[in-house]
Amino acid sequence: MTTTAEPTASELGRARTRKEDARLITGRTRWTDNIALPGMLHIAFVRSTFAHGRIVSIDTSEAKKAPGVFAVYTGEDFDAEQGGLPTAIPVNADDPIPRHVSIAVDTVRFAGEIVAIVVARDAASAKDASELIEVDIDPLDPVLDMEAAQQEGSPIVHPDFGKNKWVTFEFDSAAAGATTGEPADAVIAAAENDPDSVVVKRRWRQQRLIPAFMEPRSTVVDPTGEQIVMYSATQVPHILRTMLGVVLGLPEQKVRVIAPDVGGGFGGKLQICPEEILTLLVARKLGKPAKWTETRSESLVAAHHGRDQIQDITVAAKKDGTITALKMELTADMGAYFGIFTPAVPVLGAFIGPAIYKVPAYSFVCHEIFTNKTPVDAYRGAGRPEVTFAAERIIDELATELGRDPLELREQNWIKHDEFPYTQAGGLTYDSGNYEAATKKAKELFDYDALRREQEERRRNNDPIQLGIGISVFTEMCGLAPSRVLGSLGAGAGGWEHASIRMLATGKVEVVTGSSAHGQGHETAWSQIVADRLGVAFEDIEVLHGDTQIAPKGLDTYGSRSLPVGGTAVVKCADKVIEKAKIIAAHMLEASEDDLEFGSGRFSVKGTEKGVTIQEVAFATFLAHDLPDGVEPSLDAEYTFDPENFSYPHGTHLAAMEVDTETGKVSIRHYVCVDDIGNVVNPLIVEGQVHGGLAQGIAQALFEEANYDEQGTLVNGTFVDYTLPSAADLPSFTTARTETPATSNPLGVKGVGEAGTIASTPAIVNGVIDAVRYLGVEQVEMPCTAQRVWRAIQEAKGRSTQETPIDTHSPGAGLGSIDPNNPQGEVQ
Amino acid sequence: MIPAKFDYVRPSTVEEAVSALQQGGDDAKILAGGQSLLPVLRLRLAAPSVVIDLGGIAELRQISEDGDRIAIGAMAPHHDVMRDDLVKQHVTLLSQATATVADPQVRHRGTLGGALAHADPAGDLGAVALALDAEFVIAGSSGTRTVPATEFFVDYFTTAIGEGEILTQVRFPKYTGWSTHYEKFNRTAQAWSMVAVAAALRVEGGSVAEARIGLTNMGTTPIRATGVEQALVGQPATADSVRAAAEHATEGTAAPSDADAAADYREHLAKVLTGRAVLAAAG
Repeated sequence: MTTTAEPTASELGRARTRKEDARLITGRTRWTDNIALPGMLHIAFVRSTFAHGRIVSIDTSEAKKAPGVFAVYTGEDFDAEQGGLPTAIPVNADDPIPRHVSIAVDTVRFAGEIVAIVVARDAASAKDASELIEVDIDPLDPVLDMEAAQQEGSPIVHPDFGKNKWVTFEFDSAAAGATTGEPADAVIAAAENDPDSVVVKRRWRQQRLIPAFMEPRSTVVDPTGEQIVMYSATQVPHILRTMLGVVLGLPEQKVRVIAPDVGGGFGGKLQICPEEILTLLVARKLGKPAKWTETRSESLVAAHHGRDQIQDITVAAKKDGTITALKMELTADMGAYFGIFTPAVPVLGAFIGPAIYKVPAYSFVCHEIFTNKTPVDAYRGAGRPEVTFAAERIIDELATELGRDPLELREQNWIKHDEFPYTQAGGLTYDSGNYEAATKKAKELFDYDALRREQEERRRNNDPIQLGIGISVFTEMCGLAPSRVLGSLGAGAGGWEHASIRMLATGKVEVVTGSSAHGQGHETAWSQIVADRLGVAFEDIEVLHGDTQIAPKGLDTYGSRSLPVGGTAVVKCADKVIEKAKIIAAHMLEASEDDLEFGSGRFSVKGTEKGVTIQEVAFATFLAHDLPDGVEPSLDAEYTFDPENFSYPHGTHLAAMEVDTETGKVSIRHYVCVDDIGNVVNPLIVEGQVHGGLAQGIAQALFEEANYDEQGTLVNGTFVDYTLPSAADLPSFTTARTETPATSNPLGVKGVGEAGTIASTPAIVNGVIDAVRYLGVEQVEMPCTAQRVWRAIQEAKGRSTQETPIDTHSPGAGLGSIDPNNPQGEVQ
Repeated sequence: MIPAKFDYVRPSTVEEAVSALQQGGDDAKILAGGQSLLPVLRLRLAAPSVVIDLGGIAELRQISEDGDRIAIGAMAPHHDVMRDDLVKQHVTLLSQATATVADPQVRHRGTLGGALAHADPAGDLGAVALALDAEFVIAGSSGTRTVPATEFFVDYFTTAIGEGEILTQVRFPKYTGWSTHYEKFNRTAQAWSMVAVAAALRVEGGSVAEARIGLTNMGTTPIRATGVEQALVGQPATADSVRAAAEHATEGTAAPSDADAAADYREHLAKVLTGRAVLAAAG
């Protein structure tokens, strides 16, 4: 049983505008690309245009002679030093991971892989010279289809490994001891022969997506000092520093990594990038600072992608609606190489697959497949959006099969608020939650019953615009991660986070966090937490991060971990400061520590007017003229927090979707979400995270898809063709919250960075299907474009339609008219 | 995103521009608003030796009334065109279609002449110019010539503008009091048209006296839907008669097939959107 607590102080829960924004929105930013060091050289990479092939020769002679060029390198120049890029959680412990080279040496395995490096005095000269390099590649048949890749006779991405399937990961709740009955396969088999049961099977595709962060990746390396300094647009400066040591054999203490202002990441910048390694190797070889900044086109082909799964989902239930088994069998396209979390991402879904439901038998199987495409890795939600989609789509299909209201069927099967803590079939223990409360609030804000009536009415009137109601009652696991859990997965690192607090002589405070912000608003939120805890003014707090010299310890920002893990470290650290200060305050007040109480930044002697502020204690400590014997003259403290459990945000998202049955066009009329992310430090920041998250989840449902042609070339490699939605494509969201505090951390927070993305995709697709299901449509592949919806309607009506070419460029539509691989189109 | 090297000239008269263009030869490119040219240069899909920027020729931005026509300088930005009172009053359809072009930033930079000379079949303004029988004033070394819209659009990205010539003005007849609508269908709010329909009607006594319908992105050039026009004339603008007329929308089209829409879907859209455009115009 969980309760909803009142906020403890005015600073927590206050919708402060972000203190970093004045600087960010007036151009006083320092992106990596803004950094210019004396004597700095510029790098341009030449990338393979073939998805798979043997490098026959690379002629660099003309490029070497070009104006401004310092050096031109190919893979052979760096092969002895480049090592292999790291993978933190291999999932398969039996086989060595195929080597992920930063620059191809003899074979290219995806279109976009680096094959040559030009170093020049300025970026334009580097780019000009890169066009003079002749790369002769003997093409090999590419592996593009993750199912065909498993067939006998398929070309092989990594011949040394010998096959394209890296691993089949299997989890069964009965075998794992998370459920007590039969294994899921046995339950499903029995249900198929049971007249009192139903079994629903569906196949869905999680299309390939591109993280599309706003600031392109960029790296500057300065090798001229005692330490090698790398500036990089990264989410993970600490992991990057350690990994530079591991990959290149550099002594870790000789490497400093700085993540200056970083403009978004969404997982796309938690990578150890080939470009970072190569920029460092070039700078070291030439003894001069070097910079690389990617173009958007480079980013789209070479920065890692997300999702890309085929999902075979089976649910078994009694005719009364009680779920008896759930099986998720995923096939995941890993791309050509493993990045830092590649094989772990789909497997993260294994734990959260049962979602909000009481599932007595659960099985999760994931086949991980190499293909000749851009590597796939974490993208906002990372493994959780995929299985949440599967869970929330299959429950709608089951509701249809049983003729039940989909919300009612969910409630029948979900974990009730008085059943927490609840150990679900994936083995996770959900500490708290209240799905009933969030759903009740969402239904009210949405006016669920009225919309259902309108839906009936439109159907009766044969209105060309049909209404669908999409539901997603989601939960997720945030706060990656308890180190013990990571250890059990064979991870090469833990999941703790570090904070330190420095009390300055003048009573001001520096907070150092290992959780490196790249747009989230840590500087504001951490200031609020410390202001609340220490009772100092919000303005008196400076939050420092993103430089391994300033913030030497940390495990960085991803997986909605900053607040539940990093924020908790800050709280515990502040408590240590108070403990230290109390000893000195007692001395100053000539009182016993036991007689002191601390509140609003002041130590006071109980029952008297006597007291000192924490600032006065800080100054006295700085002077150190009169401290108790044996007391260290410092209030500074550090804390490393390792969570014992994940946190589990949940929420109910409802989407009123309108489908124009004449054109297939889908529009969102109304979107309501009630999220329960526990206690809230800053509701304005939360709102921003929810809105952005919704936009990205909706984008998967309706807008985005990375397509490859039959040669393995990304065909929508510009923002003209890769259609990101803008504000104009999205409605005004109605957002609200319920607050059920997490029990796993002292703030009672759960994390919000990924919630909107995870929840919204199935809500939107369920809504689209709900609008046209009466016409016989039960599936529309994502993104549910107008054309796909129209075709689904035609097919349901028994009309055959034309095949849509995914890889052709129409003569119209701007840049889309020009095939980037065959730029013959004459443009005025 | 760094273009290959090119020379840059910014003439202040049309004559200077024509002369620079002729000196530049095959490799010269005209820069109007740059909304198509600059991305193409930056992606290095084109590498002209010289770029001639028309931005310094003030007269090319003017919009004026010239007898029974509205004359719009080729360098008038979309933003000016859509807000101009003369255009709103006499060439309402152009104002409406221009308002759907991309986003406000693009509309402040992009120009009417640049868009028409670029002749992307997915561009919105070609169908309007064709449906409204605009005239194109083209300057060359031997003076100017005027080309009717029916002869202006030759193929995709290809117009009647010859080597060494510059589009200087687009002249629209007045359609004062006509009922008009531009119905656009696209993937995202700011994307190019998948299909769009430009409709202008003169309605007299409840029935259509004249109809002008242009289609965007249903072939390599803008297309006039004459079959629809003929079917509409003399009919009342009711849902049934309009839908019946709209069935002729695909006559003479050659819809492209691409990832956004295969040809059969575009053909279907052309019919549906034509019906909607005409009904919306008729009010």
